Amino acid sequence: MSSQPADHEQAFEKRKSGIGVRMTLIYSVIYAGFVILSVFRPESMGARAVLGLNLAVTYGLGLIVIAIVFALVYNHLCRVPPTGGGRKREGA
Amino acid sequence: MAIAVFVIFVALILAISAYTSRKAATVGGYFVANSSVPWGVNGIAFAGGYLSVASFLGIAGLIAFFGYDGFLYSIGFLAGWIVALFVIAEPMKRMGTFTFSDALNRNFSRPGIQLAAGLSVLVVSLFYLVPQMVGAGVLVEPLLGIPHFWGVIIVGTVVIVLVAGGGMTSTTYVQFFNGGLLLTFAAVLTIAVLVRGVDTAERPTEEGVAGLESYHFDEIPFEMVEGRPVADLRGAQTTARHAVVDRNTGDETSVFYRVSHLVEATPVDQGTFTANVKGRTARFDQSRAARDGWTMEEHDGHTYVRVAEWFLVVDATGSRGTLVETQSRTTRANGSILVNGAPESGANRPRQMGGIAEIPADLGSRTGPVGPLRLLAVLSDRSTTVLRPRSVAFTSTDGDAVTIFYEERVAGSTFMRPGLMFPLEAREGEPAVTTLLNRLNFISLMLALFLGTSALPHILIRYYTVPSAEAARKSTIVAIGGIGLFYILTMYLGVGALASGAINPETSNMSAPLLARSFGEVLFAIISGIAFTTVLATVSGLIMAASGAVAHDLMGNLLRREVSDHAKVLAGRIVAVIVGVIGIVLGILFRGMNVSFLVGWAFAVAASANLPALVLMLFWKRTTGTGIIASILVGIIASVGLILLSPDMWARYGLDPATAPMPINQPGIVSIPLSFIVLVVVSLATRQRDATPA
Repeated sequence: MSSQPADHEQAFEKRKSGIGVRMTLIYSVIYAGFVILSVFRPESMGARAVLGLNLAVTYGLGLIVIAIVFALVYNHLCRVPPTGGGRKREGA
Repeated sequence: MAIAVFVIFVALILAISAYTSRKAATVGGYFVANSSVPWGVNGIAFAGGYLSVASFLGIAGLIAFFGYDGFLYSIGFLAGWIVALFVIAEPMKRMGTFTFSDALNRNFSRPGIQLAAGLSVLVVSLFYLVPQMVGAGVLVEPLLGIPHFWGVIIVGTVVIVLVAGGGMTSTTYVQFFNGGLLLTFAAVLTIAVLVRGVDTAERPTEEGVAGLESYHFDEIPFEMVEGRPVADLRGAQTTARHAVVDRNTGDETSVFYRVSHLVEATPVDQGTFTANVKGRTARFDQSRAARDGWTMEEHDGHTYVRVAEWFLVVDATGSRGTLVETQSRTTRANGSILVNGAPESGANRPRQMGGIAEIPADLGSRTGPVGPLRLLAVLSDRSTTVLRPRSVAFTSTDGDAVTIFYEERVAGSTFMRPGLMFPLEAREGEPAVTTLLNRLNFISLMLALFLGTSALPHILIRYYTVPSAEAARKSTIVAIGGIGLFYILTMYLGVGALASGAINPETSNMSAPLLARSFGEVLFAIISGIAFTTVLATVSGLIMAASGAVAHDLMGNLLRREVSDHAKVLAGRIVAVIVGVIGIVLGILFRGMNVSFLVGWAFAVAASANLPALVLMLFWKRTTGTGIIASILVGIIASVGLILLSPDMWARYGLDPATAPMPINQPGIVSIPLSFIVLVVVSLATRQRDATPA
């Protein structure tokens, strides 16, 4: 086994890890925003947001939907083969 | 019918265990299902194992009782999976074989890491196991009509057979079975709620009407005379008063009066009478009446009994107002129990309550079938008023232990935003420090839920049941989809139970089954059966994790010699039996303990003990083995120690919660950062010593 595929694999893992960390940070900020708003501006959570829903329901459901969307986006990004490489499978 | 469905589900589960037991003879087969579980199955099994009774029954009940605040648990429980997917899943699979301690120890080869990680798995598993077993007992009493301890024993025994016999393979397929059932029937129940819509009609109060038998709360005008309310009830006498006082402001927030009045008694034979008290017929004689504190009076040639009920004061203006009837349970000093003024019996128990009093005027008195977002919009509307169940327990001036159940009118706009369970808003007269502590407690809980999920032992072991890191990632994505959908549905189960008046005021955990019962006995039986499989699925995962921790992480290191595969499997089975028996004993001992309460703590302990080590091991190159060991141990000690010093525990010790050394109940905000700091400091201090790579 040449070192090129191994390097390639390592680079791909590093890239995936970077994507994962960035997406975690983005989600953490959105989640923290929800917690901060609930704690320090609870009255604002009763304000009308979209489709007759208040901000609390919109933000809460949004957090769940965003988590599902992020998961699918992450999976898609992880499927994209790095340049010149095929889709790889990691062994157990 | 509930019993029949329960028996069918248990038979199916035991059949799965018998079918898969032959695959559990090897170490790989027993502990990780030969790492051959397809990712789709593993994903649904993730959901089936993760969605415990705290999620299924607990959250629906909290939403029914506290509105939006119950949904906060759904948000936190799901958000934690983001950390699991993006940070933990694939590295755990790549770096480990059987347990997450393999991954932690991969670069260090330190027996201490496996010992600390194994200990952490045991502690978290037990924290999580107790509420599941308690939940099993809680379910059995009303659903199957058998005592609490039998529920615990039945669930414990089935799980022991399941895990000791079939290991991870049977655990996986039972969790898959449960996950599929949960998602399917939560969706069915939600569709039924949407088709029913919301209405302001009073619920049937007679027994046997579509399984919905609610309490009718009479409202009686009163006038204060010489400091006591005088109401238009036959022979009314006010005999006691109780006020709920806000501890911070000193204001009386609710005032109750015990008013006795006369109910006509009908003679049935010599010395025996019957009396109809709120639709329940009580049969009694002189001695029974005396035992229950009833006095018999003769007026105009008729015999009456004097019955005492508790009333809530509302709309008090000047000397006038309205007394609203409540439900109550009174335990007298001589041990007799009265429910709603009459002796407790199979027929006379606290009845269902809750409902919707008003909806926006343009909708009339009912919405009819509604869409999912429209339902939430109607409930969130300012002109909607919900009747949420509340209770207050106290000892009356004459020594009776009293619990009053009453309906509180709350605007929909308040019910559907944070605040009813977690008092986050600064209230007039409340000390600033109290507001701060309430807020810190909430932040601490949300932090523990976010960071705890990915560090739970029964979640971590599931990364090893799939063949590759890619499969670990895909199964986590399936889990997020399934669990996310389920948590959205919990909102409808909770508000549906309230809107249907399907709430048992004595336990929030029964809200989802009672909602199902309002749609008929078949759905009730299925939902009750699923509640049991939910306990079985979660408990089997926890026992499996504990079994792996002892056999794989602790045994070899404690014995200080290589352990054969056969011995490991045997040890795994023996540990499964022992942990199962411990779970049964604790489940019986901790009867009455709140289910969600302990689950929240399990997340905090997992997040404190395991997550810092997992994250820094992956992302900080200076991490040392000693740092990991110190972080895990400090995480366990700090989180468990702070829990033991918390106000809730102080109350359980019989002490004043205000004097507890730890001012908030949730330890995560202290113990999680502390565990991170300890890992960093110890790693920097031991970098030289631990420098030799493994």
